[in-house]
Amino acid sequence: MEFNPLLERMPTSKLPTFSDREGVFGFDRPSYSEEALSKIHGGCGLMGICDESGTLMSGVEAIKAMAVQRDRGNGLGGGFAGYGIYPEFPEHFCFHMMYHDLKAKEDAEAIFDQYFVVDLAEPMPTRPTKGITDAPLLWRYFLNPDPHKLEISEMSPEDFIVHTVMLINSSVDGAFVASSGKNMGAFKGVGFPEEIGHYFRLDEYEGHTWVGHNRFPTNTPGWWGGAHPFTLLDWSIVHNGEISSYGINSRYLEAFGYKCSLGTDTEVAAYLFDLLLRRHKLPLELACKALASPLWSEIDRMPAEEQAVMRSLRAVYGPGMLNGPFAIVLGFNGGMLALNDRIKLRPLVAARQGTRVMVASEESAMREVLDAPDRVWAPKAGEPVIARVKGMEWPIHGDLHLSASEISCAVTGVDSSCEIVEVS
Amino acid sequence: MPISLIQPEFKVKIDYDKCHKCGRCVQQCGWGVYSFNERPIPDDSKCRACHRCVTYCPAHCINITKNDLAYRTNDHWDPALRKAVWRQAETGGVMLTGMGNDKPYQNIFDHLVLDACQVTNPSIDPLREPMELRTYLGRKPDNVDVEPDGQGGYRLKGGDSISKNIKLNTPIIFSPMSYGSVSLNVHKSLAMAAERLGILMNTGEGGLHADLYPYQDNVIVQVASGRFGVNPEYLNRGAAIEIKVGQGAKPGIGGHLPGEKINKEVSETRMIPQGSDAISPAPHHDIYSIEDLRQLIYSLKEASGYKTVGVKIAAVHNVAAIASGIVRAGADYVYLDGFRGGTGAAPQIIRDNVGIPIEIAIAVVDQRLRDEGIRNQASIIAAGSIRSSADLAKAIALGADAVGIGSTALMAMGCHLCQGCHTGSCSWGLTTQKPELTRRVDPEWGAERLTNLVNAWSHELQEILGALGVNAVESLRGSRERLRAIGLDQQTCEILGVKPAGM
Repeated sequence: MEFNPLLERMPTSKLPTFSDREGVFGFDRPSYSEEALSKIHGGCGLMGICDESGTLMSGVEAIKAMAVQRDRGNGLGGGFAGYGIYPEFPEHFCFHMMYHDLKAKEDAEAIFDQYFVVDLAEPMPTRPTKGITDAPLLWRYFLNPDPHKLEISEMSPEDFIVHTVMLINSSVDGAFVASSGKNMGAFKGVGFPEEIGHYFRLDEYEGHTWVGHNRFPTNTPGWWGGAHPFTLLDWSIVHNGEISSYGINSRYLEAFGYKCSLGTDTEVAAYLFDLLLRRHKLPLELACKALASPLWSEIDRMPAEEQAVMRSLRAVYGPGMLNGPFAIVLGFNGGMLALNDRIKLRPLVAARQGTRVMVASEESAMREVLDAPDRVWAPKAGEPVIARVKGMEWPIHGDLHLSASEISCAVTGVDSSCEIVEVS
Repeated sequence: MPISLIQPEFKVKIDYDKCHKCGRCVQQCGWGVYSFNERPIPDDSKCRACHRCVTYCPAHCINITKNDLAYRTNDHWDPALRKAVWRQAETGGVMLTGMGNDKPYQNIFDHLVLDACQVTNPSIDPLREPMELRTYLGRKPDNVDVEPDGQGGYRLKGGDSISKNIKLNTPIIFSPMSYGSVSLNVHKSLAMAAERLGILMNTGEGGLHADLYPYQDNVIVQVASGRFGVNPEYLNRGAAIEIKVGQGAKPGIGGHLPGEKINKEVSETRMIPQGSDAISPAPHHDIYSIEDLRQLIYSLKEASGYKTVGVKIAAVHNVAAIASGIVRAGADYVYLDGFRGGTGAAPQIIRDNVGIPIEIAIAVVDQRLRDEGIRNQASIIAAGSIRSSADLAKAIALGADAVGIGSTALMAMGCHLCQGCHTGSCSWGLTTQKPELTRRVDPEWGAERLTNLVNAWSHELQEILGALGVNAVESLRGSRERLRAIGLDQQTCEILGVKPAGM
């Protein structure tokens, strides 16, 4: 490995150029991201469940919730993310990797070996499953940044991780980071979600929070990395909908340095959460009000102080408002958030049973998983459902200092994202 | 007097069998076309095809046709060019004209089409669902800072930073037209309509007549190079202040309101002697560069308790860089006036040959401000021939916050685009100070027609938004993904940031 991007401090993004890549790898293999550059239209089903007491639930619950919503997908993408699933390695970052071939694995592992202390590297446990074909090589790594390299890099561990994700996704052809958080992991691929869950042996995992997704794309990307959830560090996002305001949302984000390379609504939603929560430090509740704004007629009836807040949110974040049908579940280490669009054009149902909070596209999922829910309700348009695991730290403002373009690059693996000149 | 070589543009035809011989046409025509000798006798050479006589003839016996006099075919020498040569050979003067550029340049709006939702996302029915057009004009912060209010909610930290923004109920304002170039009744109509619609009218550079004080919260007061009517009271009365640097119909050109239009009322409003010519210099003589503009912006803010201050410029080649400078100089909005924009009077050669289309100007300014991360610091108002709600929607999709309508507003009050504004003899009583003509516009009637027009466009904009599947205008603003081009060349598409249809 000739390039040491992590050793040389990268003030913004000085990723190897294409010719550098050729020099290092010397041949052309498909980069996953290059297969997924067109905007994907489609509908979906989703679920999220969180036990606020922190009690662990089997992954079977998540599979069951998605299996009854099978008709919401077409077998071209399913996935899950579980939190609290690696109690043996709670303080390790866990990389779930997808490799196109062995060479990709070697290249990515060279990066791990050089910059990390890897305490366990193993093939992802899977079992043969009818309907699952063309799986990439799936590996997972429990690792932490090499303390010496981390010190030289002058980054926080989170920054260091995101930088690595960016480096692998954009520079190592044929390698894709499916998830990179602590005590969590994403399991996703091409297939129906119950098949994906079976394939990844989710019945052998237990987590306090699970999110799941079933996809109905109207084209056939056949790309495992393109399935939901999208993740970065602890965050995962699953999404059902098509944002009719995609054009202005993406241009708005570009003004803050994000590059919407994948052309998916989910990507836009993920960056908006990053912008509002991490960079602008808005409380979660207000971030939801910015993304799914109340109507002016509602704002006009609010008490003066609240009205001033809402008016400012709409006037300032209007270009970021997600307009059009969506239901979205944001998972994180410590809970989940579910949000509907401002006039509820996509289904989202919620239920509570004791300390368990559950959301899904269809009530049938709740009835399947919860034997006697205390309450089942349809969250109002734009009213978030928030579940927080008791005693867990709020992670949203984690120790992350990266620029928007670096975040974009990490998520999409499109290195042109990194060429953006940062604006103030 | 030697004979003119120029043949009349139009033929006035009267069906004398039907004619009542009432003389209404003689009375209605502001151009002096008709004389009366037992029956009305038209002088074709004076007719401007404004249709005032046609509209008011009780017998419906008047028709105006094009003079189909044949000219030897020559694609290089349009008859209009030949006539211009003859006219200038007769007079030795600069040809003046009114209204906007009428030359057949490619109209970009007519080559853009809008999107609609099918299946994967639903369209929204504006008759059944809320469809929001409210727009806030002015500087907005990069982000909203909040702090807990101690009761489980949040309050704004450091005050309400958008409190100086101006609320528009619909993203349309009336473009600046000065009292002097148009009549007081026109100004009253605009002000009354603006108040009823919850939008703004703009004084233009002629000051604010005392009769408009009750409507001051819906008025932008303009500060132009002649500084007519500008005093501290004037600045403090307006909802916002606008520095006029240029006008789309005559970029780089000043103004000249002839003394005969300066009657007592105009004289008092403009603060100049009655009967004297009102000459607006081409540049502001205290703005020779961008740093001077900054001083004027902040002088006006200081004088007015930090009201919204905007800057109006004509769309010219380097408009993106100029607009960026204007925003960095502290302007709260940039008013872009395209080369099709109207005028009360301009040299025809300037009107027809200087400036760039508003579509291009919106696109490049919006993109430049985004590239520089300052798009939120100023609103963009686009004007210069917004002819319909389709133009409005396309302008917004390209990146405008709101549009200005001037010529269109005059048309709502009867204007027929005869291009005679500079003559001061407008038969429709709009661009004139002659009392017998100005009284033709009843402000109540004018306000109602303007209100109807803006309401109609707003409803149509709601229909467009609904078809696009969004329920707030901010979700269309700058969303060029919802536009496609038909028949535009690749480079124009790239400049506009719009894909060709099919992509």
